[in-house]
Amino acid sequence: MAQHKRIQNANLPEATLDRRQAVPALIPNPHDFLVIGGLAGAAQELTAMTDDGAGVYGLGGAMGAALGMGLGLALAQPGRKVLAVTGDGELLMNLGTLATCAVLNPGNLRIVCVDNGHYGETGNQDSHTGLGVQLDRIAAGCGISTVHTIHTEADMAEGRRLLEADVGLCFILLRVKEGPALRVPRSLDPAFTRNRFRMALLGKA
Amino acid sequence: MSEHGEVTGNATWPDALYDLLRANDVTQFAYVPDAGHKTMIDRSLADPDVHSISLTTEEEGVALAAGADLGGARAVLLMQSSGAGNCINMLSLTVGGRFPLLTFISMRGDFGEGNPWQFPMGQATQKVLEAMNVIVLRADHPNEVIDVAKAAITMAYQSGLAVAVLLSQRLIGAKKF
Repeated sequence: MAQHKRIQNANLPEATLDRRQAVPALIPNPHDFLVIGGLAGAAQELTAMTDDGAGVYGLGGAMGAALGMGLGLALAQPGRKVLAVTGDGELLMNLGTLATCAVLNPGNLRIVCVDNGHYGETGNQDSHTGLGVQLDRIAAGCGISTVHTIHTEADMAEGRRLLEADVGLCFILLRVKEGPALRVPRSLDPAFTRNRFRMALLGKA
Repeated sequence: MSEHGEVTGNATWPDALYDLLRANDVTQFAYVPDAGHKTMIDRSLADPDVHSISLTTEEEGVALAAGADLGGARAVLLMQSSGAGNCINMLSLTVGGRFPLLTFISMRGDFGEGNPWQFPMGQATQKVLEAMNVIVLRADHPNEVIDVAKAAITMAYQSGLAVAVLLSQRLIGAKKF
């Protein structure tokens, strides 16, 4: 039969957190960062958490772009903290960018992967992480020295500390159960959001 | 030009091109290595005032260039023609977002190619880029590289367009097999 089997050696606890509470709990001060929100839950969530703030560039396509954009932005703005929020599906599409981030090692870049183990936008199919692939171990294997995984509320405070503190490049895997993201209406015009972001940051489109 | 499709030391345009990009405030040099870009890659690695960014796949560089633009910096993407195919959907971000993009593409599957594996993507490079609304310019001779590059720099960073400059195999030399 064609069912995918879980990877045998993956012995992870069941994800229990609801992303609608967990993402804001991990990132209580999103306005402190320049934010790239990846397709699609991450973009929706960070847009909602900032009341559609200009400092969030949320993707509505170009799956796989979030981390590369975050890297370019972090290198361009060394004086600001940059937060790239992505999902398991998007990160799996461009795993190599984790390696590129590790090599460049920008101290102002924070990466959060909201891992629900599913392709939530397309019919909730299992993603590879839902079948046992562990993105935190991949990030560590790439050479990102600070990697933290949040399975339960008890792991949340350390995640918050890593986002706020001066710890350099870090990767946080936030494991959540299936379910919708926070959502507000947002512009899906990628040129409008580019100009808005640049106006707010640079004073020019 | 050398046997290996590598621009030799007596070609002056690679250094002049690097200097031109630096004079135009390019500070992020992103690339998947290619012999045709060796001089620019080496110059960026030796330059303390730029970021030299080795990518795992070319589409990372498309996203990186957009991120650089959000932060007010200029990036350039250096790749071989085989890499153009790896960029196609990511160009949705560039074109839809009206992000500037400047890329220099060293050609394979082009003038004098001896490896048939290179032809499908080499011959499709210009077509697929144009299908994504990337403007394609081309340099065939050493004495035109800088003029073409100047035009591309203006079109990308001043007009905010996506522009590819194809560095032909006639310019960089066909790899011998």
